[in-house]
Amino acid sequence: MGEFALGQSVPRFEDPRLLRGGGRYVGDMTLPRIAHSFVLRSPHAHAKILSIDTTAAKAAPGVLTVLTGADWEASGFGDMPRADERMRKDGRPMYKPANPGLVKDRVRWVGDYVAFVVAETLHQAADAAELIEVAYETLPSITSTAQAAKPGAPLVWDDCENNIIFEMSVGDKAATDAAFAKADHIVKHHFVINRVTAATMEPRACIGDYNAADNHYTCYTTLQRAHTYRGELAKKVLKIPESNLRVVAGDIGGSFGMKSSITPEVGLVLLASKLIGRPVKWVSTRSEAFLSDAQARDNVTDAELALDKKGHFLGLRVTTIANIGAYAQASSDAFPGNFGTLASVYKTPAIHVDLTAVLTNTHPTRPYRGNGRPEAAYVIERLVDIAAAQLSMDPVEIRRLNIIPPEAMPFKTGLTFTYDTGEFEKNMDMALALGEASGFEKRRAESKRRGKLRGLGVSNSIERAAGAGTEAAEIRFDRAGTVTLLSGSVTQGQGHETVFKQLVCDKLGMHPDDVRYIQGDTDKVFFGVGTGGSRTAAICGSAFNQASDRIVDKSKKIAAHMWKVDVADIKFDEGIFSSTKSNQTITMKELAQKAVNQKNVPEDMDVNMSASSVFRVETANYPNGCHVCEVEIDPETGTIDILKYSVIDDVGTVMNPMLLKGQIVGGVVQGIGQILMEDIHFDSDGQLVSGSFMDYAMPRASDLSPIEVESNPVPTKTNPLGVKGAGEAGCVGAMPAVSSAIADALSPLGIRHVEMPATPERVWRAIQESSAQA
Amino acid sequence: MPAVSLTVNGNAVTADVDPRTLLVEFLREHLRLTGTHIGCDTSQCGACVVHVNGKALKSCTTLMLQIDGADVTTIEGLAAPDEPLHPMQEAFREHHGLQCGYCTPGMIMSAIDIVNRKGFDLEDRLIREELEGNICRCTGYHNIVKAIASGAAAMGGKKAAA
Repeated sequence: MGEFALGQSVPRFEDPRLLRGGGRYVGDMTLPRIAHSFVLRSPHAHAKILSIDTTAAKAAPGVLTVLTGADWEASGFGDMPRADERMRKDGRPMYKPANPGLVKDRVRWVGDYVAFVVAETLHQAADAAELIEVAYETLPSITSTAQAAKPGAPLVWDDCENNIIFEMSVGDKAATDAAFAKADHIVKHHFVINRVTAATMEPRACIGDYNAADNHYTCYTTLQRAHTYRGELAKKVLKIPESNLRVVAGDIGGSFGMKSSITPEVGLVLLASKLIGRPVKWVSTRSEAFLSDAQARDNVTDAELALDKKGHFLGLRVTTIANIGAYAQASSDAFPGNFGTLASVYKTPAIHVDLTAVLTNTHPTRPYRGNGRPEAAYVIERLVDIAAAQLSMDPVEIRRLNIIPPEAMPFKTGLTFTYDTGEFEKNMDMALALGEASGFEKRRAESKRRGKLRGLGVSNSIERAAGAGTEAAEIRFDRAGTVTLLSGSVTQGQGHETVFKQLVCDKLGMHPDDVRYIQGDTDKVFFGVGTGGSRTAAICGSAFNQASDRIVDKSKKIAAHMWKVDVADIKFDEGIFSSTKSNQTITMKELAQKAVNQKNVPEDMDVNMSASSVFRVETANYPNGCHVCEVEIDPETGTIDILKYSVIDDVGTVMNPMLLKGQIVGGVVQGIGQILMEDIHFDSDGQLVSGSFMDYAMPRASDLSPIEVESNPVPTKTNPLGVKGAGEAGCVGAMPAVSSAIADALSPLGIRHVEMPATPERVWRAIQESSAQA
Repeated sequence: MPAVSLTVNGNAVTADVDPRTLLVEFLREHLRLTGTHIGCDTSQCGACVVHVNGKALKSCTTLMLQIDGADVTTIEGLAAPDEPLHPMQEAFREHHGLQCGYCTPGMIMSAIDIVNRKGFDLEDRLIREELEGNICRCTGYHNIVKAIASGAAAMGGKKAAA
């Protein structure tokens, strides 16, 4: 095994550049004659636009153009891509709200797009936007998920009755009803999964650059999927051949799903660039990010679990209302694909989910780290805890009783997933050991002596990763025998460059100094899909693996040709080709230099050793794990300290343990954030209350303790590397584990559950109410 | 427009600036030192932290007119491109203290400031409290805390346990 081989904690190759301040995020980029822009947003949650007067703004210093909804309509540009495929219960297609770059006659959330000002400087654009006179007639608004579909609720779109945009029924209703009919116990709970925002540290940004001479657009933007982004943007918004558009991602400062959509700002900078003949840049401020980034989660869920006398799960019934926001961004309807996580690691034979998706006067929602997975894990695991309490069973033992054993694999669950591998009980036992659960009661007693409430939470979780799909990789040799890796996927901080260099350098025996990495540029990378749904390690990793194999095959033929021996006589080991027949050796790099000369290459082969792969994965994999969280609550103040957090993950083959732990810990903290503090909150007029980092609580270093992560890898056979997805797993397991620990701490007071976010105030109130009842 | 003179990463700089120009805008837009980032507009996130006269300062809420004559160090000034990384930068690399890299320059400038104020031997809890003004969304801080402890020790001439 080489120095950089997979499985080792190789420090990241991308780091020195980022550490020296050499990152190139879109906000860092500039172009000659670049102009700057500002979006004028709706100050109302719901209003008619009676008139817009841009006269003064257009005359303001430095202003190059001011666009309104009328200009957008006249431009010929199309709407932003939107969710399209879902249905309503009566068989009609889903409601399809129009989603233009700028609205013309009605605004539907505080942050909706009213006008776009382009000027020589950003200050001039912002100043001019203040001079735009917009007359609004405000309308009643609805932001509440639970109330949106109730009779009499204000309609976000006049022709979408009850604000219901689509509905779904998943699973076997008859079998689930039958399970409940014969149940000895039925445990119910109403969950509110609050709205949060991705709050990537790098805000969204874009630059549009239209070149009239060759009728070609370039779009620099924050994204997750360069090639699919280009496809959608070209076809639906610009209505041009895809080849007339180049999409370039800079370094991406975090995304977690949020940046994967095409938003109006992108259409607007491209349109403005075309109109003024100069590049146009837009960079979100943080305040604007709170007003305009797609948000996430936000559902209300009633769940019930049917059990027999002994505590076996017989059936699970879930009814959920999910808030889509005012429009329906593409992928806003993707979360039902992760309902399968409701089955968790348990044998529950019958499961049924009923979904109502509603429109409200709020930001669009879209995937955010887990996209339905954490929500589902939260619902089932919390319900299991509540069931354990109701049946007076130990929460670990009720899980053990129902857990799927490894010998049952492949296991078809009661909902939509079929698991290929996993050692769920072993995960749980390892996590309990790592979290020193056996000593917990002693620690609880010690906390009690200090007047504190200590709790232990355990959550199992499993999710679908890398669903059927493709990804592209190219390994390109130049004349000097050095290599450029071109990835169809795009990193937002996960460390793609490092693991792909590890993989390729180990397989080809190249030194990383001779290997460059390129991603996120549709003019450079020949094909691609992109990041999302924990897919890159499995699919793009396999593509680099396959391309490497193709290079080794090709190289052996070239070496055999050069040395006039049979291909079968060529050995390749640690980057060196050799043949006992000819007694010669050559390195990969040297061979690549020779391979540019046609006399060294067999006539039936192309010169140059470059190779590519578009790898196909037909079956998803199922990363899983167990989290154990220990908290201490101060009943006087309601504050929660996380004292100990332990994770056992099974993401299959581990490519780089250090990077994997980084992914898991980062995800855990996003889950902790939602359970303890993060909350997007609207007032009764639909105004965003938590609109900055002063109001929207983000986890800080002092809120947290060390998080221990160990692996129980069970490689999957669904891809040649045996890897399962790792990007979302941490967040999925954390929401239920933390919430469970809080409930356990408060259980001596008779409290079964505290809704998220469990802020000190909410916990304190729960404690006061319980002692008032006692 | 008023003239302001600064020393930035050892180089003397003089410019006429719009009175509302912020230090971060000047660094990024005028000097093209884009390693200093803007992560918020309420002085909360710390992506914009630089050193002014040897102390950490949030450049997103500092007007150029406030710091005439100051000595400014940015992330680009910690180690020249042809030099090895500063020990704190190296510690972030060794301990995987960064993912997307956006908060990182501010984290490192804050970390060095913590060392300057608190010394080379830093307890985890102290580091966590001192990072109150820096937000990271990717790492969960676990490895940042490890990196700062290790980087502090390295700045003091010791190699900390990994």
